[in-house]
Amino acid sequence: MTGTPSFFDEMFAGDGTVRSPYQSYDAWFTDEDIKELRKKSIEAERFFRRTGITFNVYGQAEADERLIPFDIVPRIISGREWAKLTKGIEQRVRALNAFLYDLYHRQEILRAGRVPTELIARNEAFLPKMIGVAPPGNVYTHIVGIDLVRTGEDDFFVLEDNARTPSGVSYMLENRETMLQMFPELFSRIKVQEVQDYPRALRRSLGACAPPACDGSVTVAVLTPGIHNSAYFEHAFLADQMGVELVEGSDLRVVNGRIAMRTTQGYRPIDVIYRRVDDAFLDPMNFNPESLLGVPGIMDVYRAGGITIANAPGTGIADDKAIYSYMPDIVEFYTGEKAILKNVPTWRCSDEDSLRYVLDNLEDLVVKEVHGSGGYGMLVGPAASKKEIAEFRAKLEARPGNYIAQPTLALSTVPILTKAGLAPRHVDLRPFVLVSPNDIKITPGGLSRVALKKGSLVVNSSQGGGTKDTWVLEE
Amino acid sequence: MLGRVAGGLFWMFRYLERSENTARLVDAGFRMALTRPDGTDDEWGSVLQTASSMSAYLDRHGEVEQAKVIDYLLREPTNPSSVMSSIAAARMNARAVRTAITREVWEAVNDTYMIVKQALARPIAPRDLPEVLGMIRQQSALVRGALHGTMLRNDVFDFARIGTFLERADNTARILDVKYYVLLPSISQIGSSLDNVQWETILRSVAGQRAYRWITQGESSPMTIADFLIFDGRMPRSLKFSVGKIATNLGYLEAEYGTRHDSHEIIDRIETRLDNGNIDAVFDEGLHEFILEMLEGLARLGAQIARDYRFED
Repeated sequence: MTGTPSFFDEMFAGDGTVRSPYQSYDAWFTDEDIKELRKKSIEAERFFRRTGITFNVYGQAEADERLIPFDIVPRIISGREWAKLTKGIEQRVRALNAFLYDLYHRQEILRAGRVPTELIARNEAFLPKMIGVAPPGNVYTHIVGIDLVRTGEDDFFVLEDNARTPSGVSYMLENRETMLQMFPELFSRIKVQEVQDYPRALRRSLGACAPPACDGSVTVAVLTPGIHNSAYFEHAFLADQMGVELVEGSDLRVVNGRIAMRTTQGYRPIDVIYRRVDDAFLDPMNFNPESLLGVPGIMDVYRAGGITIANAPGTGIADDKAIYSYMPDIVEFYTGEKAILKNVPTWRCSDEDSLRYVLDNLEDLVVKEVHGSGGYGMLVGPAASKKEIAEFRAKLEARPGNYIAQPTLALSTVPILTKAGLAPRHVDLRPFVLVSPNDIKITPGGLSRVALKKGSLVVNSSQGGGTKDTWVLEE
Repeated sequence: MLGRVAGGLFWMFRYLERSENTARLVDAGFRMALTRPDGTDDEWGSVLQTASSMSAYLDRHGEVEQAKVIDYLLREPTNPSSVMSSIAAARMNARAVRTAITREVWEAVNDTYMIVKQALARPIAPRDLPEVLGMIRQQSALVRGALHGTMLRNDVFDFARIGTFLERADNTARILDVKYYVLLPSISQIGSSLDNVQWETILRSVAGQRAYRWITQGESSPMTIADFLIFDGRMPRSLKFSVGKIATNLGYLEAEYGTRHDSHEIIDRIETRLDNGNIDAVFDEGLHEFILEMLEGLARLGAQIARDYRFED
């Protein structure tokens, strides 16, 4: 029942004793019948399929609606551990916003030589159209997802900052809902911090960022690319939970200098738009002219203070994987403090010495595309075949600047329920952060993703990963 | 509320209603075929006509044959009105308007889709047909129940109801259109067993056979059947009832939005025609002409509602 000795298991210590956050859960679990629990797992799957929580996998037209597997063993974090993490997350999010403001205004950090200018200038995620634009309250990243991994008792690392449009929060909420329905007795035994307030908090947070043109009550809308998008369920879920309209590009147009939606009673202005459409598709007049997903002219309205776009256009520059390696400097530059959360050591392959090192050690490293996401276009050296490594080597040599490399981290494990009982699997954690002009709010917990395959280190749902409910205990 | 969402609701409920109607039609056709002594497939031809699917069916299969017709109406993916296509379209629309419907309505539609998809994964053998058709009707009732039990009575509800009843009125009118010749006194041999079966089929396809017997005390005549399906406001699938519902819900929209549109004028005219008319006058001026006028009015109404409430840009 214990984890592989070389990995930190969050439930069981090396000698098989149960770590303190899991003790009450373990006491409950020992009295349960594994067969009954397995039945519950199947019940959970039916529940998810009914509610329609499915996602579409790119490049798999056949299985267009797949379920992300859900494991019923919760991932448990103590209140004390969480308090420490939130300090680090808050610091990081403040730095990200200050960095973005600076990049689109005076560019002090480039002048100070702390981040190389060419990294910004030649980066597609940097939007020159945003230069000199100050979003309401100077908030760029209204919603952030900071991906964390753990390697030891006190060792947390930031794997990625998702500053564009982090997804997965609906799973966090539905996972909790499912657990509450299936195991109500657990929640009366163990005091777990609430997550269900997230939609209301999101609504308040967005409402606090109204543009100058807003008069009176703030109209918020969620912009989705449409029902074929892989995260459509989440877009609809969030709009529904917030009680706001879910709009598509075809519902919107510019009317009298405002972005307005076509209602059954004519066009009505929107104040804040939570867009789940990438920058490039946002405005066919200003960016990708082929886009049918956006609103022609929205950037002009935005710059004139007619609408708030969340997250702000151009935030992608802050979660670029090449920028990531500079985050400790960025945090220090803007907050005057050392970064509380550690970065994973990163080799930038654009650098010749680093490239040589990476090419010599491919079988031990994780190599990622600078602009990739969702686990696509990445190499996990220890898990890759000789052929895969050779193919990746060729890609890397052809375009070194397109890649970064990191050591293969000994990701912590949390048990999942298998036919044979509990078995350790690797996990990561994505806490969700809401930023408004005067407040940073972090939902206790977040989305724990778990690799379901034994030994696998890839937790992405598109690559066969699952999720768990994440509990932060009340102290 | 978004115009696109209003349109999505309208179509979601039209498709749901259509799937139920198609299932009822297949049921009626099957019943009819069982009771025919000569085993011909004539009745399936008129079933296809009622479903407005005759020419598309013939393009595909060439000749009318029971097993193929049933399959075409229940499962055929290229037939946009097949039960499976309709339910898939209803679910697609439900997904697009997910924020306008309650979780229970969504789950009922999604459940229906999953259950029906499984049930219709393979061609249905005649002995399984009654059970499958019954299940489809039951699922429709489930969605309707969720709608009634959990939805706010606001514009969202109105568009759902308007879609339902426009489809239903259209369906009843088409049944009458295809069958009007059976109902004409000059052609039908009153009391002959063949016609009794035909009338029974008509009533069965609108779930009205039992109600009709209660109301008429068992006496059938073409005129009373036509009267029942057109003018009886108590019968939930009659033209009068369905049109009345559309008028009521359009009226709610007028009150809620404070705006009267062209669609209100159109529904008023249709309703007045039904309020002031009677079956004798209809037979005098021609049942066929009357039904055509109704069908045309309903089609114009649907298009006008889409314009008035900005379903599309």
